[in-house]
Amino acid sequence: MLFGFEWDLSNPLAFAISILPILLIGMWVTIQATVVGFFVALVLGLIFAILKSAPSRFIAWPARLVTEFIRDTPLLVQLFFLYYVLPEYGIVLPAFMTGALALGLQYSAYTSEVYRAGIEAVGRDQHEAARALNLPSARTFTHIVVPQAIPRIVPAMGNYLVSIMKDVPVLSVVTVLEMLNVAKIIGDRTFNYLIPLSMVGGLYLIMTLVASAGVRLLDRYLPKQGLPLK
Amino acid sequence: MTDPIIKFDKVVKRFGDLTVLDELDFEVQKGEKVSIIGPSGSGKSTVLRILMTLEQIDGGIVTVGGEPLWHESGPNGLQPASEAHLRKMRAQLGMVFQQFNLFPHMSVLRNITEAPVRVLGLSKVEARERGEELLELVGLADQADKYPHQLSGGQQQRVGIARALAMRPSILLFDEPTSALDPELVGEVLTVIGRLAEEHDLTMLLVTHEMRFAREISDRVCFFDKGQIREEGTPEALFTDPNEERTREFLKAVLD
Ligand SMILES: Nc1ncnc2c1ncn2[C@@H]1O[C@H](COP(=O)(O)OP(=O)(O)OP(=O)(O)O)[C@@H](O)[C@H]1O
Ligand SMILES: [Mg+2]
Repeated sequence: MLFGFEWDLSNPLAFAISILPILLIGMWVTIQATVVGFFVALVLGLIFAILKSAPSRFIAWPARLVTEFIRDTPLLVQLFFLYYVLPEYGIVLPAFMTGALALGLQYSAYTSEVYRAGIEAVGRDQHEAARALNLPSARTFTHIVVPQAIPRIVPAMGNYLVSIMKDVPVLSVVTVLEMLNVAKIIGDRTFNYLIPLSMVGGLYLIMTLVASAGVRLLDRYLPKQGLPLK
Repeated sequence: MTDPIIKFDKVVKRFGDLTVLDELDFEVQKGEKVSIIGPSGSGKSTVLRILMTLEQIDGGIVTVGGEPLWHESGPNGLQPASEAHLRKMRAQLGMVFQQFNLFPHMSVLRNITEAPVRVLGLSKVEARERGEELLELVGLADQADKYPHQLSGGQQQRVGIARALAMRPSILLFDEPTSALDPELVGEVLTVIGRLAEEHDLTMLLVTHEMRFAREISDRVCFFDKGQIREEGTPEALFTDPNEERTREFLKAVLD
């Protein structure tokens, strides 16, 4: 029994059907971790991107160093760091939050590069036109650069969303009951690993296919020349 | 003669080792229509880009409307201009780009109203009305809600002209406004520019390879060569009887 659901070991099909609700609960945790992690990666990545392109090198350099460091160290190291070191300084977060944060932190290093590339892809001609019209630089950024950068960054961000989803099982090492962890517990207790693990594979396939399709749809729907301003 | 509205005084511009403007002296009177012709790389665009504050100068002084453009007076004489000074000076100038440089994600009308609302502080309604008038002027009244990629090159460039006019500049700079266009679309843009030249007291600076057009609309034509004005004069004099051998060669090459 797990989460109040009994499993039925009478035959493989009955077993699969009986553990599906349990796995779906795990899958819901996986989705939540993905969404929170992705959100953190989007916000933190934007902050890093802005810091990295700061005019002062006393801001740009440390930002570059930090993201490089994050990118070159394994997710598991960062996860352990947050999970075991933060409490020593009195910061105790639930395992789920710690895990989602670690995911978001890791991927913010990648998303910051996506932002930077998207922003730089908006041509010099656009900046010069804005300058000739005397538009303030903040306005140029928010209304000329950003709307044109967004369609360029969506596909790459979508890929990272799927990657984050596939990295969520790492959180099992800090006791988060995401889908793979749930399947492993079922296997430990029933001595049947084949069926729960196969089902995890199948459910993952569905999740990633749906996420990729969503991203592709968004990509097709977004006008290539930028978010329209009437 | 009154004080010139634009004055280049021994202006030097370098890109690395390359001296693009070599102590250039150049004046334009208020309301004057001046065409700039010359071989590729002679510094024609650079002159316009310096005026539009897109390119800094390395020496000399540029004045616009009697005030230094790239300098402002400080406690120890002239010092490099602040962004605030540049903003103030820029308000007198408008530019039409070779590649149009429209904002591709904004409707035609929004391209024209964005800066008047944000920079001049016009209300949206005022800006809209004025934008529609300007579209009428360039013959695009029915295209206000389209996006640039839905227009032909000639139409895009006419939007570019309307966008520049919307900021009510007293000086309008054209950098080869028809060079990026298919030949059959050049005429419609030149017609608009010609009409502006005739009906407005705008000061116009036009870099162009359209010699016949330059001859028609200009009060004066300047032949640029190697970062200096090699020869200047009325279109009549310059095109029919140039003094300099270099001018003659150039005109022969482009008119054939
Ligand atoms: N940003 C830059 N960096 C380096 N060199 C530049 C830059 N901009 C212009 N130049 C060089 O300066 C010289 C003058 O350029 P400019 O664009 O003023 O010439 P032009 O007379 O407008 O020529 P064209 O008819 O080809 O447009 C050219 O040799 C050009 O290569
Ligand atoms: Mg040029």
